[in-house]
Amino acid sequence: MTSTSAALAGPHEHLRAQDRWRAIEVVFWLATLLPFLVTPNYLSLASQVAITALFALSLDLILGYAGIVSLGHAAFFGFGAYAAGILSKHGWGEPLSGLLFAGIAAGLLGYLMSFIIARFRHLALIMITLGFGLLLLEAANSAGWLTGGADGLQGVRMWPLLGMFRFDLYGFTAYWYSLILLFLLFLVSRRLINSPFGLSLRGIRENSTRMRAIGAESRAHIRKIYTISAAMAGIAGGLLTQTTETVSLGVLDFQRSADILVILVLGGAGRLYGGLIGAIIFLVARDQFSGINPQYWYFPIGVLLVVVVLFLPGGILGGLAQITGSERFQRMVRPLMVWRGKSP
Amino acid sequence: MNQIKTSAPVLSTRGLDKSFGSLVVAKDIEIELPQGVRYALIGPNGAGKTTLINLMTGMLRPDSGQILLGGEDITALDPEARVRRGLIRTFQINSLFPHLTPLEAVTLAVCEREGISRTWWKPVWTYHDALDEAYDILKSLMLAAVCHRQTRELAYGQQRLLEIALALATKPKVLLLDEPAAGVPREESAELFTAITSLSQDITVLFIEHDMNLVFRLASRIIVMVGGRILVEGTPAEISADPRVREVYLGGAAHV
Ligand SMILES: Nc1ncnc2c1ncn2[C@@H]1O[C@H](COP(=O)(O)OP(=O)(O)O)[C@@H](O)[C@H]1O
Ligand SMILES: [Mg+2]
Repeated sequence: MTSTSAALAGPHEHLRAQDRWRAIEVVFWLATLLPFLVTPNYLSLASQVAITALFALSLDLILGYAGIVSLGHAAFFGFGAYAAGILSKHGWGEPLSGLLFAGIAAGLLGYLMSFIIARFRHLALIMITLGFGLLLLEAANSAGWLTGGADGLQGVRMWPLLGMFRFDLYGFTAYWYSLILLFLLFLVSRRLINSPFGLSLRGIRENSTRMRAIGAESRAHIRKIYTISAAMAGIAGGLLTQTTETVSLGVLDFQRSADILVILVLGGAGRLYGGLIGAIIFLVARDQFSGINPQYWYFPIGVLLVVVVLFLPGGILGGLAQITGSERFQRMVRPLMVWRGKSP
Repeated sequence: MNQIKTSAPVLSTRGLDKSFGSLVVAKDIEIELPQGVRYALIGPNGAGKTTLINLMTGMLRPDSGQILLGGEDITALDPEARVRRGLIRTFQINSLFPHLTPLEAVTLAVCEREGISRTWWKPVWTYHDALDEAYDILKSLMLAAVCHRQTRELAYGQQRLLEIALALATKPKVLLLDEPAAGVPREESAELFTAITSLSQDITVLFIEHDMNLVFRLASRIIVMVGGRILVEGTPAEISADPRVREVYLGGAAHV
């Protein structure tokens, strides 16, 4: 019904409709404000979620859209985290410029790395990114004079945000700061994936051989998205440093690369919101389960991951989309639509 | 005919050789395709027809020999650079974008051609010209009605048409069609071949096809390949009268 009317209105109308904001999206973003009202004691957790969501979003751009696998994305997160921390330790504690610095530093590293990334696929990529991540971790570990090594980076002090808002103990400033950045970079990502460049990324994911046969500049595209993704991961890392005022080697840990992959796959890769949903589920579950049994909290996450991968190949969001797109669901909601006067 | 033959060839190969280990798949291939001609490339399975397309488009490197496009030696260029110079192919086995719609896929090809695909800050739908062009190509191949469906949901015959649509979106000078009707029932292949005959005369076409009726109807000249070598090249009349061709096709072992 919608497709025929859109086809009549011209081919662009249909794509334009896909680009429009849906009600559910608005609801989602309004819901991100709930922690301020409902769970003010959990604002620190909420800002962890926002930061992790941003990190997952950065991975989604390369993995979900361009099909570039990475098992070492924490390299950029950690690089940004240390960049922000080291800058502050050496006397410049202004948060926004510090974050920009973290983004540029990680982006630069990503740009250099992208020349290698653009030449490989699949298993080779997994090994390269994994190795690169481990390499950076070791480098940070041994460069104790700069990073503080295993003791972590001490002496990170942030100035008030915009000169006015201190980073408080309750994580109030931390959460709205992280949330605003997540939202802004989400807007950028949303723009990007609906652009001609975003279309080419999906083309690379779908069929790189065909991309060659239509003369696409696939390698240039890969270099570009990898740089953007790395910069975004670096900003997420920088946010973590600034909101916690410490940096430990954990920011570069393999575990972090693995976790973020789990988060994205759980939520649904290639859907923009997948990493966001995944981050909420993962961190809230960790918070709850580790309260019960700190050692085995990965058990329920493992079960969930296996179930999702087996039964919902598109992740949790993919599964939801399937349900809401099904005939049965459409039949169920149609009466509601009629009542609201939205049906033909 | 003479007029066509005297014009400089758009695409030519000189002494192309290629082997996979001990298997010779191309031996001293010399081809000259004049502007606007409709060439058929025929030969039994395994003759090296697809390999020849792979060599010409740069998906495989020849062991020796040259490929010239419009007089320029393109042997060392990668496939993308050849495409940008107008040398385009389609695939014998569908090579599409399963989760993109035909409109998205063809628009993608148009955007890449125009250099638009570097833009990441403007939505695709604002590029009305690119979308209209993509839509027109799909319409000309009878795919307008399904242009918003996912490619993997299309009927097989429609996917074969989309193969051609993608190639057309790159504005080919030379179009190499690898068994465009492969797997399409004969009753349904008519659409495909109407599409091929109605291609602009500016486009030089080389197509691989097993159905001799179609070959004789569509091609102005025919190349017969056997065992990695060109057996004979000529007009449909010459080919059908050639005893060596009859040998290959009627002799037993090889199947059409
Ligand atoms: N990449 C490859 N490696 C090894 N052998 C190949 C390869 N590609 C094709 N061949 C072989 O080369 C021969 C020619 O194949 P092909 O060009 O596909 O034939 P045609 O298209 O004429 O049916 C076949 O025997 C095939 O098995
Ligand atoms: Mg073949």
